[in-house]
Amino acid sequence: MTLELRNVTKCVGAETHIHETSLTLMDHGFNILLGTTLSGKTTLMQLMAGLEQPTTGEVWFKGRNVTGVPVQKRNVAMVYQQFINYANFSVFENIASPLRVARLGSAEVAARVNEIADLLQLTPMLQRRPSELSGGQQQRTALARALVKDSGLVLLDEPLANLDFKLREELREQLPKLFADRACTVVYATTEPIEALLLGGHTAALHEGRVTQFGATCDIYRRPLDLLTAQVFSETPINTAEVRKSGDKVTLTSDIEWNVSGAQAQLPDGTYRIGIRPHHISPFASSQDRTEIRGKVIIAELSGSESTIRFSHQSLNWVSLSKGLHSFLLGEETAFYMSAGRCMYFNGDGKRVA
Amino acid sequence: MAKITISNLRHSYLPRPGTDDDYALRDIDLEWDDGGAYALLGPSGCGKTTLLNIISGLITPSQGAVLFNNEDVAGVPPDQRNIAQVFQFPVVYDTMTVYDNLAFPLRNRGVSENEVRRRVMEIAAMTELDGMLQKRAFRLTADGKQKISLGRGLVRPDVNVIMFDEPLTVIDLHLKWQLRSKLKELHQRTNTTMIYVTHDQTEALTFADRVVVMHEGQIVQIGTPAELFEQPQHKFVGHFIGSPGMNILPATLENAVPQFAGHRIAVANQPSAAGRLDGKCLEIGVRPEFVALVDDGIPAKILKVSDAGRYRIVRADCLGTQINLLIDDGVQLPQEQEHVQVDFDPLQTRLYADGWLVR
Repeated sequence: MTLELRNVTKCVGAETHIHETSLTLMDHGFNILLGTTLSGKTTLMQLMAGLEQPTTGEVWFKGRNVTGVPVQKRNVAMVYQQFINYANFSVFENIASPLRVARLGSAEVAARVNEIADLLQLTPMLQRRPSELSGGQQQRTALARALVKDSGLVLLDEPLANLDFKLREELREQLPKLFADRACTVVYATTEPIEALLLGGHTAALHEGRVTQFGATCDIYRRPLDLLTAQVFSETPINTAEVRKSGDKVTLTSDIEWNVSGAQAQLPDGTYRIGIRPHHISPFASSQDRTEIRGKVIIAELSGSESTIRFSHQSLNWVSLSKGLHSFLLGEETAFYMSAGRCMYFNGDGKRVA
Repeated sequence: MAKITISNLRHSYLPRPGTDDDYALRDIDLEWDDGGAYALLGPSGCGKTTLLNIISGLITPSQGAVLFNNEDVAGVPPDQRNIAQVFQFPVVYDTMTVYDNLAFPLRNRGVSENEVRRRVMEIAAMTELDGMLQKRAFRLTADGKQKISLGRGLVRPDVNVIMFDEPLTVIDLHLKWQLRSKLKELHQRTNTTMIYVTHDQTEALTFADRVVVMHEGQIVQIGTPAELFEQPQHKFVGHFIGSPGMNILPATLENAVPQFAGHRIAVANQPSAAGRLDGKCLEIGVRPEFVALVDDGIPAKILKVSDAGRYRIVRADCLGTQINLLIDDGVQLPQEQEHVQVDFDPLQTRLYADGWLVR
């Protein structure tokens, strides 16, 4: 028994913010809403929480129609991107606030606050004010407040976005553990595919107010049903281009073609759109299935142990992602090698066909 | 443009600092060549913004000197240091046009309108603002406004240095790409000394030829992106750069050979004499990229496998110490809770004493 959106839409004036959406969330693990800014993540969460009412359709929770039930009566907890805490309360009182509202006895309050503070490593800071804490500690305080009251539905709206890179890495690892033993539905909004992947669970890919696909996170990443989902679920933009398929030959540009086999060879001859992830294009040739593309380097981005290189070739404006740190001069010409067998093929409607 | 030297610098916000802990910055020695692209990288609170403010003259250091082209700038007020700054949030004159925003620093210095026009047009073309020069600044998106901040920094031919303080924070993920490549291109075209302050390793490593990594008020390493990844001089660098960061394992020495939990570990920096390491906290550092699953190695138990798409992060308990391994997508993996054996690449495994790389 969990949260269900049934044919929900949300319009504001003449604008449609959420197109008709039906979604049954999972009651274990994370339900991730993945999409860019303005794709509708926050609006969907507000509909789930009851902060906004749908224009049409219904929201069900644990087998009950809760459409129109205000947020105060829904036992929902939310954590936002901005660290929201009561500035004049101690960390202890911040965490305790939902329990005070629920008029719990002080012994019970202390026990529950201490337990959750311990879990989130906030015990030494309980008597401090939020302003005396680091960003990570402030956000952990907000998380503790959301967790302390045993809500049936916890909504996390990009909770790590304002944190330092390393803190994000740390909290990302802790979060699923925090919820592992709790009987609540967790919804987590993010713009970052890598975050969705590492949190696991299920993912709804969002694009311009539509859920393009919902399913197990790694399935959606590996087997997108359409081009939009593949694009939403690409850490670095997925490379796309129009190709011509004829027999077992695929032509990309006047000077690049490759042979296809299996399901890809079975496609009727014609024009397709391909999508190929950046890590299937490398500045180094390896043994298998390599199609060469001469590229002009636009920029080489380095991150830890990987290089992301943007390059152009004729009308292509593509990205390669490879292990190791490779510096290139802007404008330098170099060869890139593509694993053409890794291409996904989409038809004119953007549906995946092979 | 200028070479910047920072010598023997310390700074404390306290009136009477005592111990090292009272200092926000200590023992800072740096030399930044004219025309270089540098980054100051570190977590919040590491002192990078303090250092930036000392260079720009907003803060007078407790001790030490800042030199521009070998001349001490102590006592030179910020507005006479000829520094352009680009902040986290774009600072633009909302009601002015883009053109007037770009022209502002030049007009302030009484530059002739002909020269103003020439410079503004040149910079507008570089920053791709040339199509919107007559627009009022408030009509621009966040990245457009940040380009104005950037353009204003570049427009004066006489700046000593342009300093960027987390300039891409407010920019959308997919636009960050474009601005990053723009910055890099602008540096290559103008050869202005640029200092980029950030907590984000991608931004630092992408922008800079040399990166200064700071930790708790100290410089822990200055190096190229490859040096920081391949040869961390301090375990903090190993942790902070790379995702996940370097694995750190407790170590001892037996006949000068590093040991971990009773296993001999071959390291790239084998100490010649063990004596000088007596009493120091010894640790072995090896990045997740350089830990492999093998048939005959150190026993470990798989705790968790996280699927990152193109690779998996495997967390394992290795004789009481948790470590991470990175395993490529497609490689057959053991199940969680399964017992395996691991091995460390000896060329990429190093010994650290009290946090610092053993030489």
